[in-house]
Amino acid sequence: MISSPDLVAFTKDDDFRDTYVEINSLPEQFSLPQFPYAGNANPWAGASFAKFTKDFILISEFSEQVGPQPLLTIPDDPKAWGTFDLNYFSLRIMSVDYQASFVGHPPGCGYPKLNFVEDSKVVLGDSKEGAFAYVHHLTLYDLEARGFVRPFCMAYISSDEDKIMQQFQELSSEFSKASECLKTGNRKAFANELEKKLKDLEYTRTVLHEEAELQKTENGCYSTQAIEKANELANVEKSIYEHKDLLKQVTSYPNRKMKDPEFLPYEPEPPSEPPGVDQDQISGGSNPDHPSDDPSNTRRPSYTPQFIKAKSAKCFDKRLKTLEELCDVYFFNQTVDQLTQIEKIFRGDLCYISTSQIDTALLKQQKITNFLFEVFRDWEEEPEKPQYGEKLAPNSDSRLNPTPSNEPSCVETVLIKMEQDISEEGQQETESSLCDITQDNSEECLEADMKGSVSSGESIEVLGTERSFPVQGSLVQSESQASLPVHYPEVVRRKAVSKRTNSEDSIEVLSTTDSIIPEDLRASCSGAIYEEEPYNDSSSEHMYQSSPSSQRLVDSGMQDAGDFGKEATEQADSACCIGQEGPRFEEPAPELGQECSDNGVVRVAPRSSRAGEQAPGVDDGAPAGLPSYELNLIYLSDEVSRLDLDDVSDSTSFMSASTSSERAASPFLSGNPITVKHKRKAGQGALRFIRQYPFAQQAIFCLLSGRTLVVMGADEGKVRKLVSALSIFVPNLGKYAETIKPWLTSPFQITDLHSWKLIGLHRVASPTGSSMLFSLNRYSRYIGILDADHKTLRCPPYKGTLISKLADHRTQIKRGSTYFMHVQSMLSQLCSKAFLYTFCHHLHLPIHPGEGDASVASRRVGFLQHQLGVSGEDVRIVQYLGELLKLHYLQGPGKGGTPPVFRFEYTTSFLYKI
Amino acid sequence: QKTTVLFIGEEQPKNAYTELQVLKGHFDMVRFLVRIDDVRFASAGDDGIVLLWNVQVGERLHELRGHSQQITAITRFQKHSAESSCPMILSASSDRSVSLWDADTGNRVQTVTDLRSSVKCLLVLERLDLWLSGGNDLCVWNRNFELLCKTEDFNDAGITAMIELPKNCIAAAMDKELIIYRLTVPSSELESWEIQEVKRLIDHQDSIRALISVNDQAFASGSHVGELIVWDSLDWTIQSYERVFGDTAQADIQSEIKLLSPKQNEMSVQHLTSDGEYIVAAIGSGIYVYSLLTKNVIAYRKTAHDSDVLHTLKLPNGQLISCSEDGSVRFWMLQDLPPPAEHASSAFFGMWGFGRANKQPNQQVKKGADCLVLRSLELTGDLIGHSGAVQMFLPFNDNVLVTCSTDHLVMLWKDGDRESRLRSLDLFNKLEQNKGL
Repeated sequence: MISSPDLVAFTKDDDFRDTYVEINSLPEQFSLPQFPYAGNANPWAGASFAKFTKDFILISEFSEQVGPQPLLTIPDDPKAWGTFDLNYFSLRIMSVDYQASFVGHPPGCGYPKLNFVEDSKVVLGDSKEGAFAYVHHLTLYDLEARGFVRPFCMAYISSDEDKIMQQFQELSSEFSKASECLKTGNRKAFANELEKKLKDLEYTRTVLHEEAELQKTENGCYSTQAIEKANELANVEKSIYEHKDLLKQVTSYPNRKMKDPEFLPYEPEPPSEPPGVDQDQISGGSNPDHPSDDPSNTRRPSYTPQFIKAKSAKCFDKRLKTLEELCDVYFFNQTVDQLTQIEKIFRGDLCYISTSQIDTALLKQQKITNFLFEVFRDWEEEPEKPQYGEKLAPNSDSRLNPTPSNEPSCVETVLIKMEQDISEEGQQETESSLCDITQDNSEECLEADMKGSVSSGESIEVLGTERSFPVQGSLVQSESQASLPVHYPEVVRRKAVSKRTNSEDSIEVLSTTDSIIPEDLRASCSGAIYEEEPYNDSSSEHMYQSSPSSQRLVDSGMQDAGDFGKEATEQADSACCIGQEGPRFEEPAPELGQECSDNGVVRVAPRSSRAGEQAPGVDDGAPAGLPSYELNLIYLSDEVSRLDLDDVSDSTSFMSASTSSERAASPFLSGNPITVKHKRKAGQGALRFIRQYPFAQQAIFCLLSGRTLVVMGADEGKVRKLVSALSIFVPNLGKYAETIKPWLTSPFQITDLHSWKLIGLHRVASPTGSSMLFSLNRYSRYIGILDADHKTLRCPPYKGTLISKLADHRTQIKRGSTYFMHVQSMLSQLCSKAFLYTFCHHLHLPIHPGEGDASVASRRVGFLQHQLGVSGEDVRIVQYLGELLKLHYLQGPGKGGTPPVFRFEYTTSFLYKI
Repeated sequence: QKTTVLFIGEEQPKNAYTELQVLKGHFDMVRFLVRIDDVRFASAGDDGIVLLWNVQVGERLHELRGHSQQITAITRFQKHSAESSCPMILSASSDRSVSLWDADTGNRVQTVTDLRSSVKCLLVLERLDLWLSGGNDLCVWNRNFELLCKTEDFNDAGITAMIELPKNCIAAAMDKELIIYRLTVPSSELESWEIQEVKRLIDHQDSIRALISVNDQAFASGSHVGELIVWDSLDWTIQSYERVFGDTAQADIQSEIKLLSPKQNEMSVQHLTSDGEYIVAAIGSGIYVYSLLTKNVIAYRKTAHDSDVLHTLKLPNGQLISCSEDGSVRFWMLQDLPPPAEHASSAFFGMWGFGRANKQPNQQVKKGADCLVLRSLELTGDLIGHSGAVQMFLPFNDNVLVTCSTDHLVMLWKDGDRESRLRSLDLFNKLEQNKGL
């Protein structure tokens, strides 16, 4: 019976396949989406027919007077969209509102109910325009609007369909934050409006009442006028009742978030305060950040209620409120700022975004070592997050703070359109899922379905919708569990099918999310504005989701990778080779060649052909107060557009490019972390340094072994340039203090040497100068001195192999960014060595109690030499990094702690000259 | 620029102090370091604050605030009670108060204020559970801060140093004189404590700067003009002194080593220390090692530092530590000096004036040629970190050295390899606690 063919293992085929994963291959979740088009086609051919050159954000409204109309774009620059027909596109995106919000008189209800409806998120494609958009629909309340609602939408429009699809989660979470900001302001403004309206109504009631009394006394109780007045009065009473109820609804919106300190900017009043007391400010006229000096507070009693005529004016006669008025100017500006940030985050090529996301995800995992050479990011801020391994489990979604399902909802009306869902439920089971994040294991789940309906003509094609709704029973839960395996590749395939069949003029709804969960739940899910939460986190998650597709794409597109890479490089070079002397294609150094093939696709250069066209007016400086990760991302994406310029300028006129005035604005001084952008720029400087100074290796050895390097010179610009060039070699100590002091004009103390590992020192001929020289002399055993004026270096000798690889003055690397990457890869290699060294128990402690220190030490040396291949002075680098790792690990994630330990060695220094 | 007379260079293989921790907390010069137990010490200085530190992690344990002016004397006062003995700190200040602090809690246990004069020195007699304060008078207190007895006032000068001598005697240095007091312990309840002057030793030519007890038989004093006198501690008289140096021919001039030098402050005895066998004297900017056995200076270095040596210590392993106003701490090794080796070393240190030529006239040798300097002080390492004079240092076990300085800082110098090992131990303990990474 055993051999019966019926008897098969109760597994899926996939289970077998999974066991034969090649160990050496990159984990799937870190593979990159490859260029999806087969053949040797121009990779930008697909985007060429789009009428706009770069992505932008569009805010549209479905006006009840004029229909869909675009309101504003970000960036607010006509060049952004070029000849793209915004009106037409607005019409299209506004016609696909999946919110189907229901506001008004629900059956069985005598008065209007506000519906705190969840935003809907859809992906639309317009193949004719070559435009693809993530569309985020939301409704705002307006007392004067029909049904009290004004439908709006924010759309991220790109010519790259894959970008929208693959960054869907990120887009969704970012736009949700922006939408939350708008809606918060809107609720406030709406409440104010209701307050005023109520005052009007009460005033009207008093007037009418008086008039009615008058009528009664004059004409008797049953005169026509008196009855009319009484009716009018009754209407007003009803209206008051309705408005009071509306006010109650809108103010009872669960503002749990207000307890969060991050949320404060939006809601300065304490939530406990009765809203009517403080909120009768004229909407849009107040800055909630400064309630104390708010003029409307003092003017509060000045609002005079007005008599409301029984028949109000027709809505077409009056002017509709603008978005600013609807949302309070402060909140509106906040939202615009956020959207500007979103635009920056997603600027650039998909490859680039994906790479940086992978980069971040990988770095975040290296929580032991990532502090050493990486730019400070938010991973250190975040408390304990589920680790990567857990993240792989589909049920634990760390992106969403799980909300207990039994939490009482303060929303008065939650309309769940289950009937529609149920009809789709059947399809969903058969369809593959776009994304299987189970947003909350107990309570809600996101389900995706891809409906590859084939349509033509004017029809709207819905390629996919993503729905999330509270799971009331176990039914849906179990379904979502069943569809856990990721089937993203099918989505891609299906999409391709639909692409072939759809005709011109059709709008494809590629994917929608319709989350009909109560808004309070949603608020906790999507993250309120300024919640520290996680762009990075969700991105890493997304990486996982999309990985199968990317893997597939990698497979299919691999044969073209070489051509593609080359082509890309050519294109990039031709776009930016102006002013570059010498042949463009010298054969790269061996290690460079490897590097290129490794990340040929990742390289940012291919973006350049389009990056050059980016609008020059785009503000590159990141506004202050942003979370650091955003800053980084901005810099990253800005870097894309800047790269070529930088490289050109570095190779021709690097000196002029880095004037001291520009440096003055560098984040070194303001205490901000050194950004990736600066590190890249420093890459070029470092390249110059190692070419120019034969003792560069000794200087770098100083930095890597923790010996403070003092760069001394009379010219501030020169010193700062050297410091910034060398800064990429300085390991961070942790969170105690700055490790780099780019410009120092006073003598330093020994305590300064604890934290400052790279100092730019002003050489002056004055009493201060002599005391500075004295301190240099006195502490000479702890420092290396690089004299920028005389081009000398005084420091211990270095005999090792590591730095000669890191800083070979004959290197063939030409570009600063390439060299920076080279340095980064070398340093991360070094980090892993230091990690191994630090965390091998028997290298530091005896295996058995009787073992002496000497045998441990010899084991240590042997390990370093034979296992890690580290010898000579390189040992000291690894040891220094190891000490930093130890301290960092022992200190834990908390801030502050004891000051860093100052370690040194008693070795002889030599004077090196050019 | 730098007038280093002695420079070891940056290559210091014997110097194990490769890690430095700076302890900040004082607002003014730090003058005193007191060891409390194996892991704790107190630092005090001109800001009137006493800080208690953990020497292992460099953590500040307590801040003892109470004195409004600079601390003039501080010492450890072990309080023995029935159940346990907890270490206490006794501190005296220029604000004419003396306080007793609990080192475990940091609380002030006892205090006495409005003394007639500020206390310059303190002496704890743990045997009798007493303490003595020396200023313009000498007071004897019990541990409850009750005044038991006192001497009459000295109008012109005050006591600057005190040591305990056998038989309940105390030697106090007052200007040029050494006064021997005897403390009468009451035999019954009715009697009271009494302190009487027994003898005045007026052999020093100038004011006494240092007074130490060497061993049970001897104590030593040094004066501003470089006199170093070793006294017999039992009968502290000329006779007893003669008994120590009785076999010498020059009984009349006392067994005294006079180190003549043109400038007075260059030969002032700043500090004396002894391990019972040798007396190390910090004289001017030099260090002199005097052997009690051979009764002569066996090794010296006239300019051991750039400036006055403020504190010295001899470790059992023959290592000497000195700190100086020049801000450095130096380590010396007392080594036998065979003639050829001496030649080599004097070549090595040629520029620092080491050699026999300038040594001979500085020293009055009693026993002829065979009592010449037999050993040398070799510089084995130095610590540079303080930007002001290093007032004092305090060695702990396991190669930890604490230094304090006029630059308001206290520094912990540690053995980097050992600290690294300890951190590894901590790391793997934490790793075990966290159950892996």
